[in-house]
Amino acid sequence: MKILTGNDLKSGAVTWWTGYDWSIHVEDAVDVGDQADSILAKEEAARRVNAPYAIDATRDEDGNVRPAHIKDRVRALGPTVRPDLTLKPADPDHRDWVI
Amino acid sequence: MYKYDQYDQAMVDTRVEEFRDQVKRRLEGKISEDQFKPLRLMNGLYLQLHAYMLRVAIPYGTLNSAQMHALADIADKYDRGYGHFTTRQNIQYNWIKLEEAPDLLADLAKVEMHAIQTSGNCIRNISSDQYAGATADEIIDPRPYAELLRQWSSFHPEFSFLPRKFKICVIASDTDRAAMKLHDIGIQIVKNDAGEIGARFYVGGGMGRTPMIAPMIRDFVPLDQLVTYSEACLRVYNRYGRRDNKYKARIKILVHELGAEEYTRQVEEEFAHLLDQGVEPPLAELERIKTFFPNPPYDKDASDEIDRSDPDFAVWVDRNTAPHKQAGYAIANISLKPIGGIPGDASTAQMHLMAELAKDYSFDECRVTHAQNIVLPDVKKSDLYTLWQKLDEAGLGTPNLDQIDDIIACPGLDYCSLANARSIPLAQRISERYANNGKSDVLGELKLKISGCINACGHHHAGHIGILGVDRKGVENYQLLLGGSEGADTSLGKITGRGFDEDGVIDAIEKVTDLYLDQKEDGERFLDTYRRIGMEPFKEAIYE
Repeated sequence: MKILTGNDLKSGAVTWWTGYDWSIHVEDAVDVGDQADSILAKEEAARRVNAPYAIDATRDEDGNVRPAHIKDRVRALGPTVRPDLTLKPADPDHRDWVI
Repeated sequence: MYKYDQYDQAMVDTRVEEFRDQVKRRLEGKISEDQFKPLRLMNGLYLQLHAYMLRVAIPYGTLNSAQMHALADIADKYDRGYGHFTTRQNIQYNWIKLEEAPDLLADLAKVEMHAIQTSGNCIRNISSDQYAGATADEIIDPRPYAELLRQWSSFHPEFSFLPRKFKICVIASDTDRAAMKLHDIGIQIVKNDAGEIGARFYVGGGMGRTPMIAPMIRDFVPLDQLVTYSEACLRVYNRYGRRDNKYKARIKILVHELGAEEYTRQVEEEFAHLLDQGVEPPLAELERIKTFFPNPPYDKDASDEIDRSDPDFAVWVDRNTAPHKQAGYAIANISLKPIGGIPGDASTAQMHLMAELAKDYSFDECRVTHAQNIVLPDVKKSDLYTLWQKLDEAGLGTPNLDQIDDIIACPGLDYCSLANARSIPLAQRISERYANNGKSDVLGELKLKISGCINACGHHHAGHIGILGVDRKGVENYQLLLGGSEGADTSLGKITGRGFDEDGVIDAIEKVTDLYLDQKEDGERFLDTYRRIGMEPFKEAIYE
C-alpha cells in the first residue's frame, strides 16, 4: 500500500494522511493508491503539512499499518531511545516493530 | 567572557524580529516552504524526523551560568525537558514548534545568545579548546582571537553564501583538544624562534564522506594579520570552491585537487593584495575584546592539596580533572556519558545544576566540549570534593573522561533525517557492556566515536575505535574503523572489513579491546598498540 506522511507545518509533528485529514497516528493512515501526487500538491498548498511524501507500507496480521523503511517506522513511533517521548509511553515494548 | 555591546544586541534583536515576520508570512502562506527553508536554516531551525530542531550557537563552547540557566528554561518551556550538547560545542533542541521559534529566539537574545549561522553555507560557530585560559600548556588564551573571528564572520556579506559550510577552530597549545586539524581552517597560536606570537594555519581538513587532515599552509602569521589571512583563505575558496556538486564543495576538496602548494600560492597572492585594503580590524578592537577575558580573581593562597580519602572521589579526580595554570586550582570535567545514558543529553534539572555549580565553583563559567561533555575551567582544589558529591548525586559524576564509555555519538536515526542507522542505542549498549565486564577501567584512554551516517557528525573517522552506521537494504549495518585520532597526532581510522549488525559490532569491539589488552606493552594506549602492530592482528581477531 501507498501512504502519505509529512510534518505538521506549525508544530513539526509527524503526520499521516487519513483520507480527509492528517493524524499523528500511523494506524490512521490509508492507502492512497495512485492518488499520491494530487493529494500531496493539494495538501501542501493548503499549508496543512510540510514536506509531505508518499511511502510504501504494509498491514500486519493485526491490521496495523507498518511503513516499509525503518526511518519512517522511527518517525511513526518516536525515538527508540526515549520510550517516554514516543506516542506509546506506557508500552515501551511497542517499539519492537520499529527495528 | 565576552559581553554584547549595543551593536551586538541590536543585531541579534533585529534578527529575531525579522525571523518572526518570516515565520508569520510562512504560516499565512505568503511564502512557500522552498522560499522559507533557507530563511529558517539561517536561524538554525531544521526539520528533523519528529519535529523542528533548533541548533543554538555557543561561541567556542563558553557559557555563563545565566546562559546555562536560560538553556534549561528553554528546554522546559519550548522542548521536552532536555537538550543535546553537540560535537560542535553547541546545543540542539529536538521538539521545537515553528510557531514558537521566534519567542524562543527572543528568550535566547535576552542572555546574549542566538542560533544565527548554525546552518547554511556560511562560517559556523568558531570552536576552541575547552581548557582555554585555564590550562598550563597554552601559549596565550585563544578566546579573544576566537571572538575576533566570530565577530568578523558574523553576517560577513562576502561569506554568507559559500560553496558549502565552513568551520574554523582556534587553539593555543600543542595538545590539541579540539580536533583542530579536522576543521576547514585550523589555527594554532604558536611562538616562533624569535619569541614572537603568531598563528599557524592548517587549511582543508574535515570529516564527512571524504575525510582529510588539513595540511599546514603557513607556519606563522602575525596576530595583527590574523583576520586578513583568514579572509584570503576564504576568498580563494569562495572563488574556486565547487558549487556544482555539494559532495565536492568543501574546501578540503579544493585544497586536495589544487594541491596544498598551489592553494597556498593563491592564498599568499590574495593575502598580499588584501594587506593594504584595511581588512584587519583596528588593534583597539582586539584590545577591547581582550578586556573581556581577564584571569578570574584566583585565591593565591588556595591549597594545592586534595583529600583523596574517599576512593570513588579519588578515581574521579584522576580521570576527570586536568592540571590548571594556577596553583590550588583544577579543571573539572563533567561527564554527560552516564553508563547506559544518551551521550550529550542533559535534563533541565542537570543544566540548572551545572549552571549553579559554575556560579559557585568556577567564576560563573562553564564550557561545552566537542566530546559532548561540560567543563568547569577554574575550580579550587579544596572545592572539588563538594563539587563531585553534587555532580554524583545528579548522575553527572561518572569518572570516564576519554575512556571507552566516554562515547561521542551523533543523534543518529533516532532523531536525524540524514541518518541511516541509530547511534545512541549502540553507545548505550557499549557503555553497559564495559561497565559490566569491568574492562573499561583497565583499558585506559580509548576514544570511541559513532556516526549514524557518512556525514560523520559523530567523528567516527577520528575515533581510536570508530563506528559508521549504514543502510544495508533497509537494515541497520555498522562498519568498524580503527586507528583514528583527533589530537596532536591526528590520523584517520581505517575500516576493518565487512560490516556487522548491532550485536555483531559490539562483540567485534570487545574482541578488539581484548587483543589490545593481550598485546599492549608498558604505557601503551590502545592507539599506540594499534599503530605498533597494525590492522592485521585486529582483523584476524574480529573475523576469525
